[in-house]
Parts: sequence; C-alpha cells; structure tokens
Amino acid sequence: MPVVKADLEACQGYANCVVGASDYFDLDDDGVVEILRTEVPEADRARVTEAARSCPVSALKVEEA
Amino acid sequence: MSAGTVVIVGSSIAGVRTAQSLRLEGFEGEIMLVGEETELPYDKPPLSKSVLAGTTDEDSIRLLTQEQADTDGIRLLLGYRAVGLDITENMLELEGHEPLHYDQLVVATGAAPRPSPWGQPPGIHVLRTLEDARELRRDLLRGGSLAVIGAGFIGAEAAATARSLGLDVTVIDPVPVPMSRIFNPEIGHWFGDLHRENGVNTMFGVGVESVEGEGGNFTVHLTNGKSVPAATVLVGIGVTPNDSWLSASGLLVDNGVVLNEYCQAVDAANVYAVGDVARWRHQKHGEDVRIEHWTNAVEQAACVAHNITHPDQPRAYTPIEYVWSDQHDWKIQVVGRVGGNVDHVVIGHPQIHGRFVALYTTDGTTLRGAAIVNWPKALLACRIGMAQGTTVQGLRDKLEPQLQPQPTGAS
Ligand SMILES: Cc1cc2nc3c(=O)[nH]c(=O)nc-3n(C[C@H](O)[C@H](O)[C@H](O)COP(=O)(O)OP(=O)(O)OC[C@H]3O[C@@H](n4cnc5c(N)ncnc54)[C@H](O)[C@@H]3O)c2cc1C
Repeated sequence: MPVVKADLEACQGYANCVVGASDYFDLDDDGVVEILRTEVPEADRARVTEAARSCPVSALKVEEA
Repeated sequence: MSAGTVVIVGSSIAGVRTAQSLRLEGFEGEIMLVGEETELPYDKPPLSKSVLAGTTDEDSIRLLTQEQADTDGIRLLLGYRAVGLDITENMLELEGHEPLHYDQLVVATGAAPRPSPWGQPPGIHVLRTLEDARELRRDLLRGGSLAVIGAGFIGAEAAATARSLGLDVTVIDPVPVPMSRIFNPEIGHWFGDLHRENGVNTMFGVGVESVEGEGGNFTVHLTNGKSVPAATVLVGIGVTPNDSWLSASGLLVDNGVVLNEYCQAVDAANVYAVGDVARWRHQKHGEDVRIEHWTNAVEQAACVAHNITHPDQPRAYTPIEYVWSDQHDWKIQVVGRVGGNVDHVVIGHPQIHGRFVALYTTDGTTLRGAAIVNWPKALLACRIGMAQGTTVQGLRDKLEPQLQPQPTGAS
C-alpha cells in the first residue's frame, strides 16, 4: 500500500495539506505537519496525492511502500 | 471523455499541475505542455525569498523534471510561444513550430510584471522569472543600496531578503499605509513597523517622479522633491495577465480569459484556463474573479483536470482564497477576503504576543476572511472555519485563550 512521508525540516506550516485531507494531516503548535495515518488505501490515493502535492515547499510525498 | 489530446499552454505551476492532475484523474489521452521558457518548469514563490537569498539552489525549485514528464506521459514542448488560437478548427498557433491540434485546450499563460515606467536599463529590475531572480541577485551581491518601488508582497519580500543579505534598503510606495489595499490601516501600520524594525527605510505616501543614472549609481527622484540614491532598483507594481495572444481568437478576454463556473471559456466549452490568467465565475461570490496566488493555481488545475476527465460530473470551482508571504520573521497568511470597509476583530498583538490574527466580517457574525501572522493554529482554525461556516465569535472563543504574552516580543 502507498505511504505518506513528510520532510519535517522543509515544512513551513502553510496548512494546504490539512485543508486537502484533514484525516491524514494536522499541524502541531509550532506549525509542523503531523501525519495522522501513513498508509493510503487505493480509494484515497488521488485525494491524498493532491493534498500532498498542494504543499508549497514539496514537504510531502505519497510513495509506494 | 478520457482520451483525445489536451494541449496546455504555459509551463509553470498552473500548467504543470493540470498535466499531473489529469493523469491522477485517469486521463488516458495525449498531454502536451507548451511553454515559452526554455527552462524546465520551476516554482516562483522562492524567487523573492530563498532563491534570492541564495539559501536554496535552483534544482530544488523544479516543478517537473524530464524523467517525471516521461513517466507521466507528458510531452514537453519548451521554448515555443503561443501566438494565436483558432477555436473553430481547434488549432493552436506557435511561433517557430507548426500549429498543434487539440481536443481540449488549457490556457495557463499566467501574468507578467507591469514594466517599469521609469525605463528599464540594466540595474532596474522586475521579478517574475528565474532569470529575473538571477539578475537581481547578481546585482544585490555587488553591494550598494537597493530601492524597491512598490510595497506589495513581492516588493516587501525582496526588501526583506535584501536586508538579510546586509544591503541598505529603501521601500517606496505612493500608498500612505503599506498593504492597505489588502488590509485595514491598523494592520498596515504594523507592516510598516515590521520593515522599519528590520532596518528598512520606508517612504510611504510618496510617488516616484523619475529614475536617473545607471546601474550601480541611480538616483530615484520622488514626488515630494526628495531623492533616494540606489545601486539597484526593483520595480514591483503589480502584474497583468498574459492574455493578449488571444485577442484575435474570438474568446472573451477581459483582464484574463473569461470563464464560467467550471472554468470553461464562455465562448468555447473545450477551452479552459487556470492560474493567474483565469477569470472565472465564482458562484459563492456571485462575481467573476481572478487570483494571482500559488494555491489558487494548484486548486484550479485540479478542478479543471477533473472537469476534463469527468465531463458528466463537472465541479464548480469555489475556492476559499489563500496566500502566504514571508517577510523578515513574519509568516503572513491571508484566508478568504480581507480588507475594504468591513468590520474586523484583532486577536493578539505583534509587540506583546509575537503573533496576531485579524478576522474580517461584513455582518458581524460570519467570517469573510482572516489575516494571520506567526500563528499556525489560528491559520488552521480560520481555513477550516471558513469552509465550515464558523462564526467570528466561535473563533474568538477558540483563539483568545491560546494567547500568551511573549517576553521577547515580535523580534
Ligand atoms: C517572486 C514571486 C513570489 C511569489 N510568492 C508567492 C507566495 O509567497 N505565495 C503565493 O501564494 N503566491 C506567490 N507568488 C505568485 C505565484 O507564483 C503565482 O500565482 C503563480 O506563479 C501563477 O502560476 P501560473 O502558472 O498561473 O502563471 P505563471 O507562473 O506566470 O506562468 C505562466 C507561464 O506561461 C508562460 N507563457 C506566457 N505566455 C505564453 C505564451 N504566449 N506562450 C507560451 N507560454 C507562455 C510563461 O513563460 C510562464 O512560464 C509569487 C510570484 C512571484 C513572481
């Protein structure tokens, strides 16, 4: 199953990912992304990939595990 | 329809994302991405920030590599400028290349900076492309002072970056309170303070008469009789959509390509537009809008890709506006519609808390928009709140308890 990966150093807290898929992403108090679920079932793939790609600093990737 | 040929004109964020989203939506036909620049597609927000500062290298801002294009079956046609469109024959005319036939066309030609009205010899810059950023950085590294004309997002960001490189910087804007085209004056003043606290010399409420001299040694003459010496000048006075190549096409063009709520050209259902060049009917606002921000380009691209791939279930495009800007140590975010003569509530203070949010409302209850500085949880609450219809009071109840005085203040 594909998995979501985050580059916590790159994250700038723009929150586009949370707006795109709040069941997968959240922000902590410092504005750094928190991954709520790492595994992405096929039914969610397009939605979560769009949410990951909406990151302005490319801090998120959906990859084949 | 999931086949045929989609031709996308403009190889920046809106164009690239349309191509990628088409594949994600299962589009199986041919995708051609045409762009005037020979450069592989790159991202623009870092051009006034980390790329200008030299803390990010050019490779890391690429939006699409040749390998990624090959993997996704996206045919890149770089270095060709679109010069005309025939909407009855479905043909795109290019300079130096035979015309291309399309089944669906996506216009993603973006916007271009208003040229400097004071001439543009070497040393007087605009900032839009990677090459612009390289040239500006080259001049900044020579040292001397920078004069920035226009205190909008790009001018303000470039000024902050130049300060971080140790240059003397003056920002000039005819508007008395910076950012007051976007925010109310109280917040606008805080932006002015931010720049001054970071050593930027600000001249607001005064225009530029002329710029004399040459690269390394300019004098900027102001309308109040004063003058500012500058080695380098950056002109950031806004952009205009790249739509003139469509003027003879028969498409309705009026400060952008005019589209319906599904982002289809009002005169040709198989022509779409995305990003800075698109003016579409925003159903929730009940008016035609054009937005010059990154997140809009990305969201609109996804919507258009969906509508091309699923013509039976088209989606009206009704985004909640979002833009960020990084200036000095402020991370500024704007959600929805702000400013104008509407009521607002400010929570927090830059000097006391190091963060604040301004909530805008027309009826005293509903949130119309918000400006957020250095406060990630407030950003989330506002973005999600806008989508779910949270009230201003609801947000106050949630955010006010989170405020704690910060002994260090804003700096
Ligand atoms: C320095 C800078 C900093 C920014 N910072 C931020 C920020 O912090 N946050 C934010 O939200 N937004 C920011 N933006 C705005 C954001 O980058 C734009 O909204 C976004 O680039 C719009 O994308 P686009 O693809 O619609 O247009 P563009 O990026 O303008 O791309 C259009 C492309 O089309 C090509 N083209 C034009 N005419 C033709 C033609 N006739 N034929 C073929 N190709 C053509 C151009 O060469 C260009 O490659 C910034 C912009 C700049 C310039």
